[in-house]
Amino acid sequence: MSIVANKPEPLLYEISNPGTIGYSLPESDVPATPLPTSLLRDNLNLPEVSEVDVVRHFTRLSQKNYCVDLGIYPLGSCTMKYNPKVNEEAIRLPGFAQAHPMQPAETAQGALQLMYELQQYLGEISGLPAVTLQPAAGAQGELVGILIIRAYHIARGDTARCEVLIPDSAHGTNPATSAMAGYKVVEVKSDARGNMDLNDLRAKVSNKTAGIMFTNPNTLGLFEEHVREVNKIVHDAGGLVYGDGANLNAIVGIARPGDLGFDVIHSNLHKTFSVPHGGGGPGAGPVMARADLAQFLPTPIVAKQGDQYVWHVPEHTIGRIKSFWGNFLALVRAYTYIRSYGKEHLREIAENAVLNANYLLALIRHVYDPQVPERISKHEFVLNGTRFKKEYGVSTLDVAKRIIDYGFYPPTIYFPLIVPECLMIEPTETQSKASLNEFANALLKIAEEARTNPQLLHDAPHDTPVSRLDDVRAAREPLLHYKPPEAEKEMAA
Amino acid sequence: MLKTIGVESVDNLFDDVPEDAQYPELNLPAALSEMDMLRTLRGMAARDANASEYAYFLGAGAYNHFIPATVPHLIFRAEFFTSYTPYQPEISQGTLQTIFEYQSMICDLTGMDVANASHYDAATAAAEAAVMAINSVKSGNKIIVAPSVHPHYRATMRTYLEGQHIPIVGDEDLSATLDAVLDKHLDNQTAGVLIANPDFLGNIRDLHAIAERVHAAGALLIISTYPIALGMYQAPGDYGADIVIGEGQSLGNALGFGGPYLGIFACKEKYVRRMAGRLVGQTVDKQGRRGFVLTLQAREQHIRREKATSNICTNEALNALAACVYMATMGKQGLRQVAELCYQKAHYTARAIGKLYGYRVLTDSFFNEFVVECPKSVKEINRALYQRKIIGGYDLKEEYPYLKNAMLVAVTEMNSREQIDQFIQALSEVGQ
Repeated sequence: MSIVANKPEPLLYEISNPGTIGYSLPESDVPATPLPTSLLRDNLNLPEVSEVDVVRHFTRLSQKNYCVDLGIYPLGSCTMKYNPKVNEEAIRLPGFAQAHPMQPAETAQGALQLMYELQQYLGEISGLPAVTLQPAAGAQGELVGILIIRAYHIARGDTARCEVLIPDSAHGTNPATSAMAGYKVVEVKSDARGNMDLNDLRAKVSNKTAGIMFTNPNTLGLFEEHVREVNKIVHDAGGLVYGDGANLNAIVGIARPGDLGFDVIHSNLHKTFSVPHGGGGPGAGPVMARADLAQFLPTPIVAKQGDQYVWHVPEHTIGRIKSFWGNFLALVRAYTYIRSYGKEHLREIAENAVLNANYLLALIRHVYDPQVPERISKHEFVLNGTRFKKEYGVSTLDVAKRIIDYGFYPPTIYFPLIVPECLMIEPTETQSKASLNEFANALLKIAEEARTNPQLLHDAPHDTPVSRLDDVRAAREPLLHYKPPEAEKEMAA
Repeated sequence: MLKTIGVESVDNLFDDVPEDAQYPELNLPAALSEMDMLRTLRGMAARDANASEYAYFLGAGAYNHFIPATVPHLIFRAEFFTSYTPYQPEISQGTLQTIFEYQSMICDLTGMDVANASHYDAATAAAEAAVMAINSVKSGNKIIVAPSVHPHYRATMRTYLEGQHIPIVGDEDLSATLDAVLDKHLDNQTAGVLIANPDFLGNIRDLHAIAERVHAAGALLIISTYPIALGMYQAPGDYGADIVIGEGQSLGNALGFGGPYLGIFACKEKYVRRMAGRLVGQTVDKQGRRGFVLTLQAREQHIRREKATSNICTNEALNALAACVYMATMGKQGLRQVAELCYQKAHYTARAIGKLYGYRVLTDSFFNEFVVECPKSVKEINRALYQRKIIGGYDLKEEYPYLKNAMLVAVTEMNSREQIDQFIQALSEVGQ
């Protein structure tokens, strides 16, 4: 971090200067209409700053951020790969950037064509041909998927199914989604090899099971070795199988979820298909399902009639899941990415992602403890920090914060919840061997420091704009928007 | 690398994948070079009418507003654009502070105490607001929605609330007035009442009396708003809203054929612990320096799992940043001026259309959008306008069939007088 980045940056409200403007707008060119006499406000209090104030403010703030374009960003389960710049040229084309969602379909045939073809590609890649592009993110895709499963059972008159099975290693979104769709969550245990415990699964599946939600590879970065058996157990009980596609990057082009027995999955386009993460979104979470489930997809999808692309309402649609048609510009990026790789190269994404993860693990495994040491990982691996805690009094949080001092973003920590002192690392395919070596060296040095100078880790990070922040205070005395100094003092008193 | 790992080939890394499913032959097109890719995309994009070539009088929830140059230049800085949710605050203060500033400005704009870091869009914010109202009002078990709320929002709410068996009532008769809807449905079982102001058909109203009625029944008033209108009109907080949602697209975000946009989601302080989505709060570091963190995370899915207020994780951070830069650039005066330009141009347009033979303006009190009854089907008129490089208003036939040949016309600061006069002239000719 540079000297500039470490300088505190005031809030715009604090540098606001009444009367200053940062915009340039024309005068009205039409005959005037009197403004309404009531209903108007005079209390709008947005900051008043100049254009250069705005530019410097946000540029300085940007320098307080780490990002993928700076280096490895190994957040497990987030797939922080490099996003090709050609995607950004694509989304600036006026026919995409400046098309209105409500204009008649016949005046937006290019946009509809792109969506239609992306539906086809995602159907082909997943082996599940019924596709909706509408969900705005993975979690919304999950909700769509579970509502499709619900609609499937109800359409069959099978209305007593009220439970969704979810492994204990699952993302928090899975149980939250099931609850939103009105289901009771039944947790399935994992076994020592990181698979689902089949005995526990058999004990919990029943005629109340609407389905199961699981991620494959799972959040331990391991491929479910009994994937077909799991799916058969659930199918035999009359349930459907939902695949959380968060980790699709590990198997894209290698295996199709549809061929493994999944009925419905989502894909986070901001992970596998290179939509930039934007500081926390936007993403997109298309859902792919078995052909016979197409009737339940959210409305509308794109269909082709002759040489025209049209909006189509699926016969028994679960309804609409958001405004308009989906995060279209995210779809443009994913489309561009898939076509840039093409059928020949798509599997190289997964191959290199998995190669990189296993290589990085091999470089550090003599010092850090993999959760399941006997298995090959997929695109990410999970370390157990219990020994560091016990022997050196150093927590995973300490290790993560020390990684910052070496100039990298820390991995995901304390997830999955089933691994104590968990450290979850996903390098992605867009790291060179040299950058993996560099990151591994940092991890090895940190392990050495943990042994010889643990205080260095407790105090980390050392050279950042702020040091460790007081989360407890933030939650106990929530200050969620700017308050003028007097108001803040009053609150404290 | 393979040697270091201890395997012979890359294929060995996938030995645990069922063999018969490995390496499927994918029916996808061949790879394209960057040059060919862009050529292909340009060809597709060229088939779309767009606001750089056509005059747009279309709104219906997405608006063609001016985007100052500061917005794209700042939001596409890699440090914002290629980072993720600020899990590690020490090297994410840029994102965290901008979210805090976004939250602050949305609070000012809406008159609320708390705003989240953004939702997917207004439709999903409406759905989550309904759930929040149900969870906040003890005796409440239903939601009333005005018929003049955007049809996509109403549809999305139904999809979201379906599994939770929360009834949504109030829009059975699309022509019913607000008072009639409340007369019929408002009772002490009502958790929330969702009203749009301005509404989907453009009407803007004084809602003080409605707010009192809703509160007297013990329900929460949820207002769906259009942020540009708040540059001049009273904030929903000023007339009693408890929760405010809205489509944030008009604050510096491209039309982008419908997304990504951002849902504005704000509320009064006492409901914050039932709120969905990320929140950024101010705190201090070990040396007492100010810093920002994700906070009140005990509401969220990664902590609470099935007991979370929502499953939302990834939101629309970059779009919220665009809104933040937009509001910073415009400031209080600029936003007022944009709002007044929209108002002036829309009223000029409406007056001129009202004078045309065969046309009638149906909306009395409006901001920048109004309903026009046309002498022919809107579809026919829009096709003729398209030939003249004009994208006409939204055809209300499907969503509001009781209105005959009705077009929803939107005018923004982007419509020059020349464009407006051409639009009027074209309507006149097409209507013959």
